[in-house]
Amino acid sequence: MTASQRLLKKSNKSALQMEMRGKSIVLISALIIISATIAITIFLGTKGLQAFFNNGVSIYEFLTSTNWNPTNAESPAYGALPFIIGSFAVTILSALIAAPLGIGGAIFMTEIAPSWGKKILQPVIELLVGIPSVVYGFIGLSVLVPFLRDTVGGQGFSLLAGMIVLSIMILPTVTSIATDAMSSLPKGLRESSYAIGATRWQTIWRVLIPAAMPTLLTAVVLGMARAFGEALAVQMVIGNVRTLPSAITDPSATLTTIITLNMGHTTFGSVENNVLWSLALILLAMSFIFIILIRYLSSRRQF
Amino acid sequence: MKKMKSAYLLAVLAMLLVFATACGNKNNEGASTDGGKKASGSIVISGSSAMQPLVAAAAEQFKQDNPDADIQVQAGGSGTGLSQVSEGAVKIGNSDVFAEEKEGIPADKLKDHQVAVVGMSAAVNPEVGIKDISKKDLIKVFTGKVKNWKELGGKDQKIALINRPDSSGTRATFVKYGLDGNTPVEGAATEDSSNTVQKLIKETPGAVGYLAFSYFTDNSGVTPLSIDGVKPTDENVQTGKFPIWAYEHSYTKGEPKGLEKQFLDYLMSDDIQNKLVPDQGYIPASKMEVKRDAEGKVTKK
Repeated sequence: MTASQRLLKKSNKSALQMEMRGKSIVLISALIIISATIAITIFLGTKGLQAFFNNGVSIYEFLTSTNWNPTNAESPAYGALPFIIGSFAVTILSALIAAPLGIGGAIFMTEIAPSWGKKILQPVIELLVGIPSVVYGFIGLSVLVPFLRDTVGGQGFSLLAGMIVLSIMILPTVTSIATDAMSSLPKGLRESSYAIGATRWQTIWRVLIPAAMPTLLTAVVLGMARAFGEALAVQMVIGNVRTLPSAITDPSATLTTIITLNMGHTTFGSVENNVLWSLALILLAMSFIFIILIRYLSSRRQF
Repeated sequence: MKKMKSAYLLAVLAMLLVFATACGNKNNEGASTDGGKKASGSIVISGSSAMQPLVAAAAEQFKQDNPDADIQVQAGGSGTGLSQVSEGAVKIGNSDVFAEEKEGIPADKLKDHQVAVVGMSAAVNPEVGIKDISKKDLIKVFTGKVKNWKELGGKDQKIALINRPDSSGTRATFVKYGLDGNTPVEGAATEDSSNTVQKLIKETPGAVGYLAFSYFTDNSGVTPLSIDGVKPTDENVQTGKFPIWAYEHSYTKGEPKGLEKQFLDYLMSDDIQNKLVPDQGYIPASKMEVKRDAEGKVTKK
């Protein structure tokens, strides 16, 4: 059935009624999504702030102290700084690997070898999305960790292992958005560049990348947002120790790994449990910041 | 502008609706017949992941005899089990620790059913070359005072500690009875599941961690350590010679009745205690010659 046939199909309901029904379905869907997000935010906000307002944990200590020991009965300590730093460290390090690889792959697919390159590289990269994160984690634990232990030293559990696993996991996000960005550039840009005698490399480096820059940055930020929130795979390779790492080969922990490690063992409403919700609140705040950053970057988009 | 306002109002209303449904969703378990021959109804059990396989296997057998009974066994951790049973969200909450030891749990409102006992010990990578350790040295290893196995007569290998998370029941038991309350230092890694800990000890040179006896099978690839010359065996736990062990508790809110009571009685029956419990690597609660209270005081039974 073509679109015109569908439009012309005889219906016993008036067109206006159909229009109304369609509109209300869409509106309700939108409202549910919006209210779910608001509900989550309110819930996480109240849960996450309980540790500070009801249990008297100091916000300053929480954000700046490196001493984390919530189960110590005599002197519990709630310093989340090592995990905040760990989260940022793996996120930024993995973006440093994934960004050039992803953008490079996108350029290869759109500019160097559009026909066969895209045919091979695209499915290969899309395949990475379908692998569950627990599998990444298990491969990391069984292959990468012993490999790092034997080659670079240390115990293998390290920021380095987390960064390698995460960079592979966020590669598809970065690559696919970067590919869209590059291929949506107007043809005229390339043609005019070649017309004034630029080489292919000059065209890519001086014309196309700057033109696509806002979206390329969005791709990287989206990848970082994914890396920041990833828990399972990182938990299996990073070591989850609560000390500050002093080198890239040192074990570390992230906000998400501490939450997943401890959430089931603590009881609802206890201080130990509430500080975990506070960690989750930091994650939510960070994802808001990432989204604001993406909105800002894409609002500057212009050719 | 007016449109915006009504859309806003709708959003608020929808939000309230979401909240109302979320709050109103209390579990309504089916009633079960009291004292009848065949049990029926449905209950949900949650809690300790260490206990989950045992209770799930028992529930499976129970359901074969009582096809009308529906028992769901979920894991989720001791904290989750205790919280949910005290809130009334589940009928039975499983825990590796006494309810008194967990903050925020009204322990006086819960009834403790000690289903089984689990023994734990430190385990090392076989290449380390140590099979016995004194408690003093064990504490030194876990507090970081000894850093190489050479110092304890083993191979020249750096010690790699594998911990469990702060709030884990296994860790709490090991720290309390194995390390006399000394907090372990952060080592090579902290892992959530005992399976991963076992895998890591097996594969990491110089690794040491702590595991329940059920992980010390012939082909587990780890060497369990004797402590002060006492082997980590079920017999030594039963007689009270080996100090590191914990009860596996099933908690109910108040006296159990109906299907919960029938199932708990079933768990304590000779059939389960003498067969399924040891098969799963636990020690039957009925075989213990000593008992321990929530403060950790051990007395002859």
